[in-house]
Amino acid sequence: MMIATLCFYLFAISVLVGGLFTVISRNPVHSVLWLILSFISAAGLFVLLGAEFVAMLLVIVYVGAVAVLFLFVVMMLDVDFAELKAEMARYMPLALLIGTILLMQLGLAYGVWQSADGSQAARAAVAPEGVQNTAALGLLIYDKYILLFQLAGLILLVAMIGAIMLTLRHRRDIKRQDVLQQMWRDPAKAMELKDVKPGQGL
Amino acid sequence: MIQADLNVILPEIVISVYAMAALLFTVYTGKDKMAGMLVWLTAGLLTIMALWILATGNGNREAFGGMFIDDGFARFAKVIILLSAAAVLVMGQEYLDRRGILKFEYPILIALSVVGMMMMISAGDLMALYMGLELQSLALYVVAAMRRDSARSTEAGLKYFVLGALSSGLLLYGASLTYGYAGTTLFSGIYQAASGHAPLGLLFGLVFVLSGLAFKISAVPFHMWTPDVYEGSPTPVTAFFATAPKMAAMGLLARVMHDAFGGVTADWQQIMALLSVLSMFLGAVAAIGQTDIKRLMAYSSIAHMGFALMGLASGTVFGVQAMLIYMAIYVTMNVGTFAFILSMQREGQPVTDIASLNNYSQAHPARALAMTVLLFSLAGVPPFLGFFGKFYVLRAAYEGGLAWLAIAGVIASVIGAYYYLRIVYYMYFGDDREPLQAGKSPVLWSLLMVSSVIMLAGIINMFGVETMAEVAAATLVN
Repeated sequence: MMIATLCFYLFAISVLVGGLFTVISRNPVHSVLWLILSFISAAGLFVLLGAEFVAMLLVIVYVGAVAVLFLFVVMMLDVDFAELKAEMARYMPLALLIGTILLMQLGLAYGVWQSADGSQAARAAVAPEGVQNTAALGLLIYDKYILLFQLAGLILLVAMIGAIMLTLRHRRDIKRQDVLQQMWRDPAKAMELKDVKPGQGL
Repeated sequence: MIQADLNVILPEIVISVYAMAALLFTVYTGKDKMAGMLVWLTAGLLTIMALWILATGNGNREAFGGMFIDDGFARFAKVIILLSAAAVLVMGQEYLDRRGILKFEYPILIALSVVGMMMMISAGDLMALYMGLELQSLALYVVAAMRRDSARSTEAGLKYFVLGALSSGLLLYGASLTYGYAGTTLFSGIYQAASGHAPLGLLFGLVFVLSGLAFKISAVPFHMWTPDVYEGSPTPVTAFFATAPKMAAMGLLARVMHDAFGGVTADWQQIMALLSVLSMFLGAVAAIGQTDIKRLMAYSSIAHMGFALMGLASGTVFGVQAMLIYMAIYVTMNVGTFAFILSMQREGQPVTDIASLNNYSQAHPARALAMTVLLFSLAGVPPFLGFFGKFYVLRAAYEGGLAWLAIAGVIASVIGAYYYLRIVYYMYFGDDREPLQAGKSPVLWSLLMVSSVIMLAGIINMFGVETMAEVAAATLVN
């Protein structure tokens, strides 16, 4: 029990620290690295909750794919972050004011928080007896929430169509590779061997 | 079990499968050469779906454990969405084609966005609501930026996307607070958990959800994006923005407020009333200085959303009925008005400047007359249909105990009449300059005429929309 509590605080602190430094570090590459720390710590929290499948998913998908993609984008795009930050600084006082007010209001809501009767029972999604964590998740996604799952697929399709529609350009002035033409090329026609005598030109 | 569920969402499935099949087919065949045909095919399918829903739908059905609700209210809104989307699709075909921006993805994205709207209207769960909303919005962000060579269009798409993402964030935050309170995302569960007086936490959730949705219907103070997006997008896309998505978002708002937060009516009534009065006045006042007709229509739509919200603010069955009637009339008027705007051109180039309408009535008397009827109707001048829409919402507000809101609505509509009448003034009494040409498209001409004839002929019995809206409203409010 003691170790679990210790682990919880360890992971929780590193999630927060990672999140904080993601926002405030000057170098965007460092930001992404802090973000990765945040993800990994969150995965640790999931393991503590007994949701090991989600934890592994977080590591594989977020750390393995999304964060690395971020890293690529940050390194390849030549964005002048210092300039962006200077622009942001102009609006900082107003943003801070609004942020503080929002935070205070949310604190107010948190202070007097109360749940409806029976909401605790409704919220606890108990996995069926004798069913593994992963299988229980599958039952939810592919059975109970199949409609939402399919809709998410449609949303991704729209995103794909949109990305292609907005960026694909058919350029006519470039040479394209024609595989068949390359394969059917006859070396006998394409090349001519000449025996050049020494000291003479063609 | 799943068979019965799939049966309920059959129209949505048909449109989605059609969109995917059309996408595959066109990619492997003619690509953009097929776009014109695809526009007509999509419009035809949407019309057939509307007729199908109109003919076969009856009773209240639920699917997927209450996540999808098929009732009279949903069907009423869906028919309006489908028909207006079909009309706007065929309206824009020639315009886009002539400017070389008619891509085959356009009708497919519109079809998928319509699927999203149908999901929104039928949502019975906060998660289903969000999924429908995102599907709808994402497709709209893309079509707003469709004219990618134009900085304006790109700006419109980007602005819409960034602010839309922000509003989605607000909505999600509100949804999570609501879930924290009720312990379920199902509307029926929230309804049971929240009755009588709402505690502070639920109130926060309610306010956040309302803010997110108010953004989608561009109610003040969440309207900033509307004029820029309307102006920057290609005109057919603007026409689409002003019709189907407005109906969908308004229907969704009514659904969430009555199905989920029906127990705490008093709490959201005041928010709605505030949104309504702000939208009406800002829409009416800010439109006065506009010189671009697309920007003017943006402010006009803000004002009209204020009136529709007035119906909802009353919190009664009659209020929902008034909102449905108002939206049906609003969508019809807007289809006609945008058919007119799409046909405004000079030497083949589209013109959106209001002052260029000088002397329009002498060159095109029939069009000018039809547009005048529509503008009078938009302003709410009797005896046109627009007046009856306003009359219904004002009555709903008065009967709901919001007499001050009804009075404010009358004042705002008088202010708003000024800028509609200014266009009429230009068309009939403008200077002697060379008048605009009108496009030759028979589609635009007939939609303009049909829409203006409806504004006149509809006052007899509203083509039965009144009773249909009554039935629809009764199924929503319990």
